[in-house]
Amino acid sequence: MRFGVVQFPGSCDERDAVLACERVGEARLVWHEEADLGGVDAVVIPGGFSYGDYLRAGAIARFAPVMDAVHDFARAGGPVLGICNGFQVLCEAAMLPGALLANDGLRFVCRQVEIEVASTATAATAGCTIGERLSVPVKHMSGRWFAPPGLLAELEAEGRVVFRYAPGQNPNGSVGDVAGVANEHGNVVGLMPHPEHAVDPLCGSADGLRLFESLLRSAAPAPA
Amino acid sequence: MAMKARVLIRPKQGILDPQGKAVERALPALGFAGVSHVRVGRMVELEAEDGADLEGLCEKLLANPLVEDYEIETVPGTSSEGASATDPSSARIRPGVPGSEAG
Repeated sequence: MRFGVVQFPGSCDERDAVLACERVGEARLVWHEEADLGGVDAVVIPGGFSYGDYLRAGAIARFAPVMDAVHDFARAGGPVLGICNGFQVLCEAAMLPGALLANDGLRFVCRQVEIEVASTATAATAGCTIGERLSVPVKHMSGRWFAPPGLLAELEAEGRVVFRYAPGQNPNGSVGDVAGVANEHGNVVGLMPHPEHAVDPLCGSADGLRLFESLLRSAAPAPA
Repeated sequence: MAMKARVLIRPKQGILDPQGKAVERALPALGFAGVSHVRVGRMVELEAEDGADLEGLCEKLLANPLVEDYEIETVPGTSSEGASATDPSSARIRPGVPGSEAG
């Protein structure tokens, strides 16, 4: 199992993402100018401030050469996980529904939160259980996920709301307490919280590993 | 021939604009009464060849149509060559630091 972790200028969580992937498999960085993913089995788009977050977070990264390869990989059913800025990039690239807006409190939030798994029909939650609570940190300025009411209802009906902040813990004002969503096939998942920062009890929680273990399970060929 | 254009981008109606709210809340403390419905957007100035697809540019990059509205104002006949030195209106347009959108 080989993970590719995409690195843009301004990414800053790619090292932790690689270390998290290495808990369950092999991982390598994929530079944003690479047009070929080199045969990886899963892609992680990490957090940070790609291209300085100019214009809107993720708006410019979506035009990076590597994103064509990520599109093709996702279209072929490959698992893709976008974390924080990676989630913003995937929304801007229309690979995930909705948009990420400035936090309602206008402050950068950096704290541990609990999220609940709302769907297990995705590459990043295949090994989780519905309602399972995960303790993971958030650290973002523009994490208020938004979708018009009709779209949100549609996503909920289709089981594409993947994570919700636990009651009372929504750090940014996202609609429906949504913390993460999936594409229609469930192979592309994005979330604002950082599972890659929660893979060792030394850091307060190892709950984030559940997502990487799920990716491993989703990418692995079905047992004969 | 090139023309100048301004693109105004603002949050769609009904979408919470915390920046606008913060500005609005700050005004009374500074003695500015009677100001309401403050919304903060951004403006992009650019020069484009005639026939450039400015709308496409807005849809694809400058605005996120899901959450933002945009308006394009063009100033036809404003050639980029030579005009900036003499035209007082274009002289006001200075290159500067782009608005920093914290993310």
